Amino acid sequence: MQMADFGFTLSKGRQIDYEANDKRIAEYIYSREPSFRLCIECGGCTATCTTGNFTEFSLRELHILMKRGENAKVRQNIRKCMLCGKCTLVCPRGVNTRNIVFLAKEAFQMFDNHAV
Amino acid sequence: MKQEGKKKIWADYQKEIADDHFFYVRSCIRQSFFPGSEQFFLHMMRNILGKDVFENPSHTTCTGIGYHSDIVPSQTIMTVVARHFALMKEAGYKNIAISCVTSFGIYTEILETWKHIPEELEKTREYLFKATGREFDIPENMAHTSDIIYKFRDEIAARAKNRLVNKKTGEPLKIVEHIGCHYAKMFPKSGVGGAEFPRVLSGMAETWGGQVIDYPERRHCCGFGFRQYLVQANRGYSVSNTAKKFASMQPYEPDVVITNCPGCNMFMDRWQYTIKEMEGTTYGINGESIPVLTYEELAGLVLGYNPWDLGLQYHMVQSEPLLDKLGIEYDSSDKFKTGDGRQMPVPKNLINA
Amino acid sequence: MNSDVIVVGAGVAGMETAGRLAEAGLKVILLEKNEVTGGHVTNWYHLFPDRRPGSEVLQYLESLKVNGNLDLLKGINLEDARKDKNGFILRSSDGDIFYSKAVVVATGFDLFKSERKEEYGYGIYDNVITSADLERKFREGDLRTTGGKLPERIGMVHCVGSRDEKSGNLYCSKLCCVTAVKQAIEIKEHLPESRVFCFYMDIRMAGAMYEELYMEAQEKYGISFIRGKVSEAGESIDNSLIIKVEDTLAGRPLKMELDMLVLMAGMEISRGSQSIGSMLGLETGENRFFRVRDYHIGSNLSNIDGVFYAGSCTAPMNITDTISHARAAVTEVIGYLKQ
Repeated sequence: MQMADFGFTLSKGRQIDYEANDKRIAEYIYSREPSFRLCIECGGCTATCTTGNFTEFSLRELHILMKRGENAKVRQNIRKCMLCGKCTLVCPRGVNTRNIVFLAKEAFQMFDNHAV
Repeated sequence: MKQEGKKKIWADYQKEIADDHFFYVRSCIRQSFFPGSEQFFLHMMRNILGKDVFENPSHTTCTGIGYHSDIVPSQTIMTVVARHFALMKEAGYKNIAISCVTSFGIYTEILETWKHIPEELEKTREYLFKATGREFDIPENMAHTSDIIYKFRDEIAARAKNRLVNKKTGEPLKIVEHIGCHYAKMFPKSGVGGAEFPRVLSGMAETWGGQVIDYPERRHCCGFGFRQYLVQANRGYSVSNTAKKFASMQPYEPDVVITNCPGCNMFMDRWQYTIKEMEGTTYGINGESIPVLTYEELAGLVLGYNPWDLGLQYHMVQSEPLLDKLGIEYDSSDKFKTGDGRQMPVPKNLINA
Repeated sequence: MNSDVIVVGAGVAGMETAGRLAEAGLKVILLEKNEVTGGHVTNWYHLFPDRRPGSEVLQYLESLKVNGNLDLLKGINLEDARKDKNGFILRSSDGDIFYSKAVVVATGFDLFKSERKEEYGYGIYDNVITSADLERKFREGDLRTTGGKLPERIGMVHCVGSRDEKSGNLYCSKLCCVTAVKQAIEIKEHLPESRVFCFYMDIRMAGAMYEELYMEAQEKYGISFIRGKVSEAGESIDNSLIIKVEDTLAGRPLKMELDMLVLMAGMEISRGSQSIGSMLGLETGENRFFRVRDYHIGSNLSNIDGVFYAGSCTAPMNITDTISHARAAVTEVIGYLKQ
């Protein structure tokens, strides 16, 4: 059936659909690095981050996207981390942020069959 | 869902609605798209309920569309509105009956502005006098015409020929009510029932025998948004809001949607056609679309008037499925005939026809 | 009846003040409008931060009542209260008259009536309850929804009736954040398979061991904290609740379905406080709580000599601070009566 073109398209909603999203990456990390649960998204890690100074990489943002199962942006950006460890130094909650990066890469490899 | 909880809220948002002697100001969009509505309102008020409703043909658009599209500045719209108040004063009326929800929002906003910033009121008096030589008073009572029909819903119920019941199943009709954002979201106290659980349309629907559906996106805006929708390239995101509402109400299988705002009525009616053409999606049962009626049209059906005299054939979504459920007799071949029986051209892309 | 001090209100503050004044040898009349003493604590299940049973605090307060100097009268509705050159005269609706040299107002708080937050549908949508309702459910041992099932997804909404211009309360009610964390943990202990989400504007964990409780909630119980103010709750076709909130830290709106929504209702000055306040001419602040004479060194003093305050009729307070405030009132009263 020929679909009409009225000069505009219908927009997709941008709400995070919590139920529908795949949260396996976060669950993989929670089970192996329990300190991930302590993250309060304060942004201390991102403030000091070497990578974030020159690229769009925000570790805080990637943490929360993983928790909500919004994995697309994480998949593209997690490889940029230089593993310098400054984030772990800063974290007020004692989250092992460096290990989270390693585990995220493992999880993407396992569930997505996608080396990041 | 507990009705008692809603009743407590409605009790908090009681509104003074005048009884008689109204100065009527019309709606730009409703006259064009739903011509039977305002005509029926006047007929019902004057000839059935015996009320005095006065119109001055030299009243203009309130310019609300222009104001909300950043074309008409606030001083201008205040002066235009003041001119309507001046016409009211000259004709000796103190109660204004407003047909359009955008107008209602404009009038309410302006009266609030004048209350909090009296200098604006004084300036408007000056502008109006300089431009037209007229002077005005602030109306004593300001009601939307849906408020007025809400007020007289029992009188209408007493004269009802067709209660809002599915004649085949005996069940009350499932009615989705949609309230224009400018009716109560800006000033909750200016709406019957407030902003979260409005009562004006649900009161009518329930008094006339129907059952009102609450669905997750009930409070969501239809997306009209003026400057968004008026520009074709922007229209997609405007229309998407209506699509969101329909997707949310679809599982409840509503029989009809009623609105009290011209823009919302146009959107809910017209975009069912647009979305069907663009994506093939429909929101009624069995590929049908859901009829969208104004409250005056619904009152007209309840009182037993001929649907084609009410102008239902001019909607995008034709109302036959609803008329069948109500058990109303109609002749579809009469739809596009003039008053004296001449055949007009029949539109090609009618939905539900 | 004659006395040295009348204490109005037999909640935590009133009972502590009256009990300690009686211990100090003063003749005390303790007036309570309900048939039961203990105030709001009678409704609480376990108390933060250490989750001890509220009943233990009630037992302690009961023990204070047993003193020959203390006359406790329940079911008393005060109709008049005034000061004259001899002291204070209070009259009940039954016609009883009470005389004293000093009065301690310990009439406490009322919880914010969550029906006023219309967008959350309390009293309209099934399974929208308040924090107080949840405490009762814990005490009764029944967490089922109105549909008779155990909830799997539970949301807690912080700041209901607090920090909210629309509710008429700009202030923070201080305790709701830690209550939400405590209740979230309690839900997970009762229903280990459930998922609990706290929707907050800020997490205020200002008391001793509160922040540690928050960390325990995250680390041990896996409770999710989502920063964003819930804008509305609606009902879906299967009678579950749908909430709209912005996940501010992710920068996007979030849609979630829940089986139960718990509203953390804030604290307001009680009706009883307003009643005795107008009888005696007590000044209130902009937040409608009683205005204390001095924030730092006179927080038990009112604008009227001889009328003292104890407890949450002056500001939102937890039990720890209420007890301290009540003990301070005792010192002030004793000092006043010595003059």
